[in-house]
Amino acid sequence: MPVTEIDPKIADPVKSPAARGGGRSAGLRLKTFVLISMMAAFNPLGNVLLGKGMKEVGATYGWAPSEIARFFFRAFTTGTIWVAIALLLAFFVSYLLVLSWADYTFVQPASAVSSGLTALLAVLVLHEVVTPERWAGVLLICVGVFVVGRTHPQTTEKDAC
Amino acid sequence: MLTGLIFYVLILLAGTGGELCVSRAMKTIGEVTDFRPRSIARVIVRAMQVPWMWLGLGLMTTGFFSLLGMLSIANVSFVFPATALSYAVGALGGKFFLGERVTPQRWVGVLFVVIGVTLVVLGKR
Repeated sequence: MPVTEIDPKIADPVKSPAARGGGRSAGLRLKTFVLISMMAAFNPLGNVLLGKGMKEVGATYGWAPSEIARFFFRAFTTGTIWVAIALLLAFFVSYLLVLSWADYTFVQPASAVSSGLTALLAVLVLHEVVTPERWAGVLLICVGVFVVGRTHPQTTEKDAC
Repeated sequence: MLTGLIFYVLILLAGTGGELCVSRAMKTIGEVTDFRPRSIARVIVRAMQVPWMWLGLGLMTTGFFSLLGMLSIANVSFVFPATALSYAVGALGGKFFLGERVTPQRWVGVLFVVIGVTLVVLGKR
């Protein structure tokens, strides 16, 4: 029986997630996908509501401490800002959890899909004008996310807790 | 214009630096496998005991308030895609600060994101 040489790609746990065990790899991908989807939903919603709330608050009229204090008082007494903060908090918890196992260099670009959703929501909710160039940019961001999403989410081993 | 630029740089550097520190903190906690609310709360309490988390939160707070300031002077559909330039900064930080292996495929993905961001910024009307 001929000796089969081990494919270096299979021997390398970084290059081949299968080497870690197919089931674990699939499970890891699934929970990464679920949490990044949650991030992609909470973040743009929170951002758009934050934008809406800040438009209600208006711009600062100067840099004097009293002016800045008045600005933050107006911001934190606006209901929309608080709903936005709650959504962004939910986003942040999902973000923390996914970072406990997935690479930052995977999570960060993969969550860029929220930029596209933010632009979409800005049109639908805030009635802002989004130019074709900007839509093309959003499309390229989504392509980038797709390319990154095809890499393995974890290139460093961590203990489970 | 200058105020917007200062806010933008703070969003990029403080925001991304904070995320990198938070990521470092979560890497010391280990992979979360239990998603019951009580377990999640316990993980968050443990994470709060890691100094990197506090440094990260401080930097992210600076980034967040810069974002609030930027949103009061520019459209949301411009601000958020424009801040995606932090993906390039983040990829470098992940490689050198967190020791992650950034494969060529990931760099290509980040490049697409950066080009996309440039188009978004140039497409401002």
